[in-house]
Amino acid sequence: MPALEFRDVSFTRPGGTRVLDRFNFAVDAGDVVALVGRSGAGKTTILKLINRLLDPDSGDVLVEGKSTRAWEPIRLRRRVGYVLQDVGLFPHMTVGGNIGVVPQLEGWTAERISARVDELLDLIGLDRQTFARRWPDELSGGQRQRVGVARALAVDPPILLMDEPFGALDPVTRVELHQEFKRIQARVKKTVVIVTHDMREAFALATRIGVLDAGELVAFDTPASISSSADPRVRRLLES
Amino acid sequence: MTRLFTFWAAHRTELAGLLAQHVLLVAASTLIAVAIGVPLGIFASRRPRLSAPIVGIANIVQTIPSLAMFGFLLPVPLIGGVGARAAIVVLILYGLLPIVRTTITGIAGIDATIREAGVAMGMTSRELLRIVELPLALPSIAAGVRVAAVVGVGSATIAAAIGAGGLGEYIYRGLSMVDSTVILAGAIPAALLALAVDGGLLWVERQLSARRRSASRGTALAAAGVALAVMLVSGGAVAARSSGAIVVGSKNFTEQVILGELVAQTIERETGLPVQRRLNLGGTLICDRALATGDIDVYVEYTGTALTAVFHQPVTTNSHTVFTDVREQYARTGRTLLPPLGFDNTFAILVRGQDARSLGLRTIDDAVKVTPRWRAGFGYEFLERPDGYPGLAKAYGLRFNGEPHVMDLTLSYRALSSGQVDLIAGDATAGLISALDLVQLDDNRHYFPPYDAAPVARAQTLLKYPQVRTALERLGGRVTASDMRRMNYAADAEHKDVAQIVSAFLASR
Repeated sequence: MPALEFRDVSFTRPGGTRVLDRFNFAVDAGDVVALVGRSGAGKTTILKLINRLLDPDSGDVLVEGKSTRAWEPIRLRRRVGYVLQDVGLFPHMTVGGNIGVVPQLEGWTAERISARVDELLDLIGLDRQTFARRWPDELSGGQRQRVGVARALAVDPPILLMDEPFGALDPVTRVELHQEFKRIQARVKKTVVIVTHDMREAFALATRIGVLDAGELVAFDTPASISSSADPRVRRLLES
Repeated sequence: MTRLFTFWAAHRTELAGLLAQHVLLVAASTLIAVAIGVPLGIFASRRPRLSAPIVGIANIVQTIPSLAMFGFLLPVPLIGGVGARAAIVVLILYGLLPIVRTTITGIAGIDATIREAGVAMGMTSRELLRIVELPLALPSIAAGVRVAAVVGVGSATIAAAIGAGGLGEYIYRGLSMVDSTVILAGAIPAALLALAVDGGLLWVERQLSARRRSASRGTALAAAGVALAVMLVSGGAVAARSSGAIVVGSKNFTEQVILGELVAQTIERETGLPVQRRLNLGGTLICDRALATGDIDVYVEYTGTALTAVFHQPVTTNSHTVFTDVREQYARTGRTLLPPLGFDNTFAILVRGQDARSLGLRTIDDAVKVTPRWRAGFGYEFLERPDGYPGLAKAYGLRFNGEPHVMDLTLSYRALSSGQVDLIAGDATAGLISALDLVQLDDNRHYFPPYDAAPVARAQTLLKYPQVRTALERLGGRVTASDMRRMNYAADAEHKDVAQIVSAFLASR
């Protein structure tokens, strides 16, 4: 059973633009899928359909075999980590506070939360002594992005969604974080869906790459197959 | 300036009490306004369609002048009437707008990404509010609370008009005495209080906006909480000390305040019951209303005023008939008119003492032959009232040299004394009459209706405390017009403390 599956999903924006039309797509557990496409191709919509920030007009989005409509949205969202491009760290909480938010919502004890925060700071390579008490505006862009990942992983959700996670970083930091991500993923082995407009990023991170064009999945395959694809819509992205 | 400090020094206990009352009014109303306004603001920010009407209504409420608002609330049961409760209701209404508005803007100003991060990590809308939205909107809300509290300090001065006490007492007292020292004695502490509240809450707000310093945030909230608790407890203690079994009211001019104090001290001396003073109420209507609702138990009314202003009866001139008539009307509405104190605060036609002596004037009739050469000065009210100038002129055939001058009643005494006018209509008990050597001409045709001063009390109160009735009955006939003039003069011209004037008077009996 795939960890995530889209079955004939159609979605229209409130303005009337059809973003997805009978969209089909499946992700196996432990895969890192990169969805690549130009802006407006429907990448973010796909992520929001997975954690039920949006509901499809028709068709089903299955998470762990169960339609998102059948999931209680709060339970579903706590099983799906979400990392945003702008990170969205809470400015009135320390790094430790930010990472500990979901455990706190889940009713963990204070000791368990602080142990988990330390563990995650180790995982993302930030010193636990120094960083737990730092405030978001004292962090560099790269550090903030790592904290965003740690926050999404806090209650160990099986699925991780990342929306342009490294898009706002300078190229050097971005490459550094790509390495970091691969190291973390090797340890946590989540089912990951990354949305990006950068084909190089997709090649650097993904085990499978999906190419989106106007709401249609024009290719979905291993990086090797994608790189040798003859489809003009794929080539256009590759050459950009 | 020296007079101001002398006044403060002489009235320091009273000043402290009024300040505490003022702080209590503002603290209690601001607290309740926060308790209502913040949830209302949250509600409005959840339903953008309702947000405009809610802010609109709050806006309209704030444009209603506070005196008018007190007037609207007078007849409203439970929240209306006179006293601190009605004042707090009005102050809450004024405080709502800034708090609702800053709550809405505070929540609306939160970065959409931050809110989305909260929702996406599985926060319920309550959790989102508690963990993300409220903490981030807090500095903005604090700014609204500051505005509400500062506006409250100002509006609370008006609350003295309905007997809620506070520093407005001095302002009203000063206005009725035309004494700027007394006005300043209330206005300056009120202004300083407003500045202190503004500064204190600004500090709290700054601590809250320094969002990174969680510790200082906690300190700020704790400090604000402690300050508020201290205010409520100390204010409450003062209010509790002054609350008692018998509530004595008075209207807002010097003689009424003296009479209120006289009734209060008499009850205290003779019955030992605790007495709460609610003096300086905003007028006949408010005193009558307060007596009807039980907000006060007793105040001193004038028979002629009761007849015309309370019971809307035509003017009659026999003082005995008026008294029995009014007593019967009061009795029908559960109130008891006690024996008259002994003086008639009617209109007094006054001339300079030297004129009276040199021309041998004793009655108004005596003056008729000289008035065509005289100028008259009358207060606006006297010129308009049915029992005022038009009737007087007809009754005596009075004519003057030109139309009478319209002037402020209080200023007319000095105008007469300094020769700007030659005849005025004053109050029979005005302290300035003897001080300026003025003479009252006898109303020998009994034109003016009687204004005998007499305490009127709730029948229920007198049943419950018969000793109060006995004490008030024994006041009957004890205060002559010259006693009253002397006490008015001591208060208005010599700026003596009313409580001391009254206790000296009682001791001299």
